[in-house]
Amino acid sequence: MLEIKNLHVKLEEEDKQILKGVDLTVEAGKVHAIMGPNGSGKSTLSYVLSGREGYEVTEGSATLDGTDILALEPEERAAEGLFLAFQYPVEIPGVGNMTFMRTAVNAQRKARGEVELSSADFLKLVRARAQELQIDADMLKRPVNVGFSGGEKKRNEILQMAMLEPKMCILDETDSGLDVDAMKLVASGVNALRDEGRGFLVITHYQRLLDHITPDVVHIMADGRILKTGGPDLALEVEKNGYTDLIAEGA
Amino acid sequence: MALPKAKEDATATRLAGLSLPADAGWSRAAREDALARLQAQGVPQRRDEYWRFTNPSAFTAPEVAEAPSRDLPDEIPLGAEADRLTVVFTDGVFDPDASDALEGEGMEIARLAGAPDIHWARDLYGTLEARGQDPVDRPLAALNTAFATDGVLIRVSGKVTRPVSIVYRHRDARSDVLLHHVIRIDADAALTLVEAGPAGARSNIVIEADIAQGGAFHHVRDQGREHDRSATTAGFARLGEAAVYKSFTLSANGALTRNEHVIECLGNGGIAHVAGAAIGDAAAHPFHHDDTVFITHDALDCESRQVFKKVLKNGAVGVFQGKILVREGAQKTDGYQISQSLLLDEDSQFLAKPELEIYADDVACSHGSTTGAIDEEALFYLRSRGVPEGPATDLLVLAFLAEALDEIDDPDIAGVLRDQLSGWLSRHATR
Ligand SMILES: Nc1ncnc2c1ncn2[C@@H]1O[C@H](COP(=O)(O)OP(=O)(O)OP(=O)(O)O)[C@@H](O)[C@H]1O
Ligand SMILES: [Mg+2]
Repeated sequence: MLEIKNLHVKLEEEDKQILKGVDLTVEAGKVHAIMGPNGSGKSTLSYVLSGREGYEVTEGSATLDGTDILALEPEERAAEGLFLAFQYPVEIPGVGNMTFMRTAVNAQRKARGEVELSSADFLKLVRARAQELQIDADMLKRPVNVGFSGGEKKRNEILQMAMLEPKMCILDETDSGLDVDAMKLVASGVNALRDEGRGFLVITHYQRLLDHITPDVVHIMADGRILKTGGPDLALEVEKNGYTDLIAEGA
Repeated sequence: MALPKAKEDATATRLAGLSLPADAGWSRAAREDALARLQAQGVPQRRDEYWRFTNPSAFTAPEVAEAPSRDLPDEIPLGAEADRLTVVFTDGVFDPDASDALEGEGMEIARLAGAPDIHWARDLYGTLEARGQDPVDRPLAALNTAFATDGVLIRVSGKVTRPVSIVYRHRDARSDVLLHHVIRIDADAALTLVEAGPAGARSNIVIEADIAQGGAFHHVRDQGREHDRSATTAGFARLGEAAVYKSFTLSANGALTRNEHVIECLGNGGIAHVAGAAIGDAAAHPFHHDDTVFITHDALDCESRQVFKKVLKNGAVGVFQGKILVREGAQKTDGYQISQSLLLDEDSQFLAKPELEIYADDVACSHGSTTGAIDEEALFYLRSRGVPEGPATDLLVLAFLAEALDEIDDPDIAGVLRDQLSGWLSRHATR
């Protein structure tokens, strides 16, 4: 589904190479996890895939079901089915959460040539999904992420994901800042979407998220590369021993 | 004090084509006083401190610059969202066929032109304008008082069942409009006044509003969306105890606009809120919009708010001059002022002069002024969810203006204006 080959990325503004040849393939129906030390390039990878400005791809490719996504605008990538749950969700004063989600859902439908959801259908859907994530009506009415707690912001990301039903979901540290109960909610939100047609790339520092969202494959990223790939037990090893040995081993 | 020669000449030139209405009747004395004020002040000129950011020459030129009218049948006009007593002026001339009968429950309503001697109007006409001439000269308002050809006089004393809507229509590309409205709100009475449409090729409109104890005046204005017209307005208000004055103006397009508010809080516990949203794209037509506000607190416990937002693109210019004056003894004043601009490119410009002058020690006054661009983080977030760049930018522009629109109490009116702004944005696709 998502195929990343030899991806090299530098900052546009400075001569700083951040990704130094990432190879990664996420198959439909699979959950891949990426772990790795701070600053290793995990968020950069997720931003480059979703089309944020400020980065320059100097080598390599990324395709989603064969489509070269790096050539597309961010909104086109979204319409192709790519979704990023942000490590730091953005606050947008003055734009209602509900308006935002309806605009997004219908923009994607329009881009794909599907009929737009009526207000009533949208409302029904969003209420049901919000309830599953224990997001109350007040949070839906408020401006996007404004005044939301850290945990509420993350749940709001998962709500958007549930509404948009993307085929490739990237979650960047969606577990950080969550208490145990909220993490279970988020995990069950993700698990509810697990489906043979959908791929997940879950970036995390902690095993505890992976206790709830069992990954099929775990990658360790260090210094802009995938250093090691293994099964779920690789995450346990990181949890126990940290990255130092792994990095020494890989070097 | 003699005027500088250039100013004296400019004043004489402007006055050459004007004469006091022959049938001025009861208003003649006030008009003559206003003319004397104007002659002493002279017409405004570019070098005047109060016109530092806005060139007044279009307002003072003897000739009106050509401004073709536009037929814009596609939008719901402001005022049509409710049953209103409608008064129509076409190029400043009262249109009896298009207007409703001038009568309404809870109020007296009449035209300025040809009105019989109404003692309350005689006492008020030109009075608040004259009070507003200190400490800053407002010669265009004095000119209006002297030469206004018509207007609406409204006194509200009971329960108004049909709020009033003044509709302006513009047909003549050279029309020069001088209208003067006088509003008196008696104790505990209330009125909503809506003004909508382009008043003329060049227009100068004054409203004087005297609000007695516990009275409330709500004013919402939509200045239309014609391009070449020049418009100046001045709202003079005097607030008694616990009186409320709330005014909102939407200005889309317009070569030149200067909207002034001069408000005096004279009774304890008064509330004065003025707000505005202006949006302009100077790609094909010039856009220069100036909001100039002067609020005087001269009583205890009064609250004033100024909320002005401007969205500027392709070389559009926005100006804000706002002052809060707190007189000695006006304790517990709560004064707030915010003026912000969103520049959609590097060619546009926002010039702001916020001022506080405070002679009381127990007050809470704040002001802020910002200029910014579209928040790129927010834009990327929206786009990453599938909202294309254009609509995403429009959402952020509307979000920016929302704080000003939130100042409108009536949700139906706010809805009409929001739709107009959305329409404007879709016609001026950003990227
Ligand atoms: N816009 C930028 N300007 C400067 N440096 C940047 C920028 N974006 C990324 N970097 C740098 O690139 C490196 C990788 O950052 P990135 O955020 O991708 O790391 P990460 O693996 O997500 O880290 P964490 O686990 O702390 O979230 C870091 O050294 C970071 O400082
Ligand atoms: Mg990160």
